[in-house]
Amino acid sequence: MTLLGVEGIVKNYGGIQALRNCTMNFQEGAINGLIGPNGSGKTTLFNVMTGYETPDSGKVTFRGKDITNSTPDEVFAAGIGRTFQLTRIFPRLTVIENVHIAAQRKGLVAQMRQWSQPDERARALESLDFVGLTKLSREPAGSLSYGQQKLLEFAFIMVAEPKVMLLDEPAGGVNPTLLKHLGGRIKELNKTGVTFIIVEHDMEFVMGICDQVSVMHQGSALLEGKPEIVRNDPAVLEAYLGTDMTEVN
Amino acid sequence: MSTDTTISQRPTPPSYEVPKAIRYGALTVGFLVLVIFPLVFNNPTISTIGVFAMIFLMAVTGWNIFSGYTGYIALGHAVFFGIGQYATAMLASYWQIPPGWETFLLIPVSMFLAGLAAIPIGLIVLRVRKHTFIVLTIALMFIFQLFAYNLRGWTGGSQGLEVSQPPWDGSIFNLPYYYVGLFLAIIAIVTSFMIRRSKFGLSLLAIRDDEDRARSLGINTRNSKLTAFVISAIFLGAAGCMYAMFVGSVYPQFSFDPAFDLELSIMAFAGGLGTILGPSLGALIISGAQQYFLITFGGANVFLIVYGALFILILRLLPGGVVPAISDKWRSHVVRKEQRILDSELEGPAEAGAHK
Repeated sequence: MTLLGVEGIVKNYGGIQALRNCTMNFQEGAINGLIGPNGSGKTTLFNVMTGYETPDSGKVTFRGKDITNSTPDEVFAAGIGRTFQLTRIFPRLTVIENVHIAAQRKGLVAQMRQWSQPDERARALESLDFVGLTKLSREPAGSLSYGQQKLLEFAFIMVAEPKVMLLDEPAGGVNPTLLKHLGGRIKELNKTGVTFIIVEHDMEFVMGICDQVSVMHQGSALLEGKPEIVRNDPAVLEAYLGTDMTEVN
Repeated sequence: MSTDTTISQRPTPPSYEVPKAIRYGALTVGFLVLVIFPLVFNNPTISTIGVFAMIFLMAVTGWNIFSGYTGYIALGHAVFFGIGQYATAMLASYWQIPPGWETFLLIPVSMFLAGLAAIPIGLIVLRVRKHTFIVLTIALMFIFQLFAYNLRGWTGGSQGLEVSQPPWDGSIFNLPYYYVGLFLAIIAIVTSFMIRRSKFGLSLLAIRDDEDRARSLGINTRNSKLTAFVISAIFLGAAGCMYAMFVGSVYPQFSFDPAFDLELSIMAFAGGLGTILGPSLGALIISGAQQYFLITFGGANVFLIVYGALFILILRLLPGGVVPAISDKWRSHVVRKEQRILDSELEGPAEAGAHK
């Protein structure tokens, strides 16, 4: 069943067509990979799906509902969490404060209550424990290493218990041990029913973890399928590497 | 290198906060000092310094609720300070309020009007960020100054307006202003404290660190900023009302004064921007010093040099402000203590050092 889908999305920046009639569906309960060469529109698609960019035309649907014109906070409240290509945490707040930010509250009175309610604290500590950062909970988040910040970003999205997590290059700048750790966490969360959409250039990581891989090229969907099929598809190789050199010769 | 080594080995991480006993003890002492100050120093010259300190205390605390917590440095809060002043002067004469205690009833009215004005102003200026925001707030303040100069029928133009002063005896004249000021300043500090420890306050701090990130975590950044902006304006309105009543006159160039916002930000920076008590401490030290130097070295504006030197000294020695400097000292004290415990547990300082 399609959980998150885009239909005929067009997005232009001046003369650059970032997305051209892009249609894609991401299945519920799957770990979806989204690959494509640099500039193929992956991050723009993420921005459109999470309310950071309004498409020039087309539609974004989440669980059958149109969310095309929703703001980022509404998108998050609906159950779509995301990480950024360059890790974005709150450096001057402590780690434990960071994991409390995403806890959702409705109404002015609730907003004025103390920032850490017992149930929120329990969830926050649980997700910190999940990524292995409990010991650092009172440190300013800015003092963590880059890899730890990636884990923290992952942890604070988890707190809101999203239905789907969009990860933009989770492997970028992360050492192999940590990457393995992160991959394990993604699989574990996926078993609990969280859907993932992962933009990544590390093919080994993508092919190893994803159930389904979509390929983007020049702003639209090129191919969708199982990792082993995508890996050997000539059109994908061409998109990544350009025309076959033997043909040129 | 592996993250697995960061998994908790000691059950609870150390707390870097200064212990409650010390914090509350210091607060109580500070509060008592402020309460008895005008009774001990009953010389009107000194207690006048006290009244101005209270006015700045509530103003800077209010300013910090918005600018300190969200990181949007507003340099046009004189707009709300001025609105409070003009509201007081205009309404006192319009409603023919006799000079005396009744005038103090204009405080809540000024607060309301300043807060009300902050809604449309906030909706306009909060659409932009960073430098553009700062420039826009300054511009807005000059627009209001021009209004005050030109709407002569209401504001008296450059002639200004008078607020009649009560016929109280000189020896006790300052006391009501001082204590009402102290009361309002405490309300501002308590509000600031409650916001800082609330979910709303955490959202504001998140906006300060990364506004777009905060939005993607479900925070309605526009409403949060606007709410903080309005709350902050309310306390500036109160400060303006107190100022107009105490000084007894209102002029465009002093009500909508660019130097006022600089003073507020200097006080907040010196004490510790974005902390609860830093700006209060900054207000007490700097406004006190400023008034004292004015009286002592006032003749040839020497006080400005001394004042500037003091400010440079604070920035040089305590770049983050007084309060962050204290908490940093405490933090390194805790870290050193933890390190000693770890060292003794591991029986080898080299291993403990590698652990961080």
